[in-house]
Amino acid sequence: MKFTDFVCRDALNADIGATEDKEDVIRNLVSAIRDAGKIPPDEYESIVEAIMDREELGTTGIGRGVAVPHTKHPSVDKIVCAVGVSKEGVYFDALDGDEVFLFFLLVSPTDRPGDHLRALENISRQLRNDTFCSFLKQSKTNDDIWQLLEESDAGKYGA
Amino acid sequence: MSPSFASRSVTIVNPQGMHARPSDLLARKAMEFDSKIEIIKDGLRVDAKSIISLLTLGAECGTELLFEATGSDAEAALEALAELVKSGFAVQETNQ
Repeated sequence: MKFTDFVCRDALNADIGATEDKEDVIRNLVSAIRDAGKIPPDEYESIVEAIMDREELGTTGIGRGVAVPHTKHPSVDKIVCAVGVSKEGVYFDALDGDEVFLFFLLVSPTDRPGDHLRALENISRQLRNDTFCSFLKQSKTNDDIWQLLEESDAGKYGA
Repeated sequence: MSPSFASRSVTIVNPQGMHARPSDLLARKAMEFDSKIEIIKDGLRVDAKSIISLLTLGAECGTELLFEATGSDAEAALEALAELVKSGFAVQETNQ
């Protein structure tokens, strides 16, 4: 499963600011998915709350400056992903203690654990490449982000 | 005491497989031990103390993983990790 299979091209944000906290970032990215028409607008709060509840159980800051905030939700029938980039980094209570620069927010259907796992597998494999990570962190525009995701899918960064 | 080596196979039993939460629990448990701990699946070998590396395995329910540990507490480490996996990460597993 490649990035372009599950990341929503209209739900990218290259400008996540350092003043934002964990909830701000999550709201920002869920808004992006809503504005892209991938979730019903009246489910916005329910989805934000579900993602925040999941964070309470344990941070999704998985190390290497990456976080994967997520939830399963009945309002989607296929996995939806928003990608955010912060130049300065946001404190996310990550396992390695470092700040997070790259956010992959996932909303998955309730009955497809395989797709969710495939998405996580893909994100983690491709982000193990330092060059790819570093380029992504330097993205200035949403188009930059998309182009990098496409290049990574094409194997440019050896994943 | 010279470092010992231990290995064992464990099968993933929780229905949703090794997504972020189980990987987090496994990595945190692995970090409690001094030994170097690796998990092998289909020729892929990853550091058990790194969540992001664990996620690259994409281990679904029913997948068999080989655990290897080297160090003074190798046996104890694998015992603890095997227990965690066999319990289906049940202690704190949720539907998220």
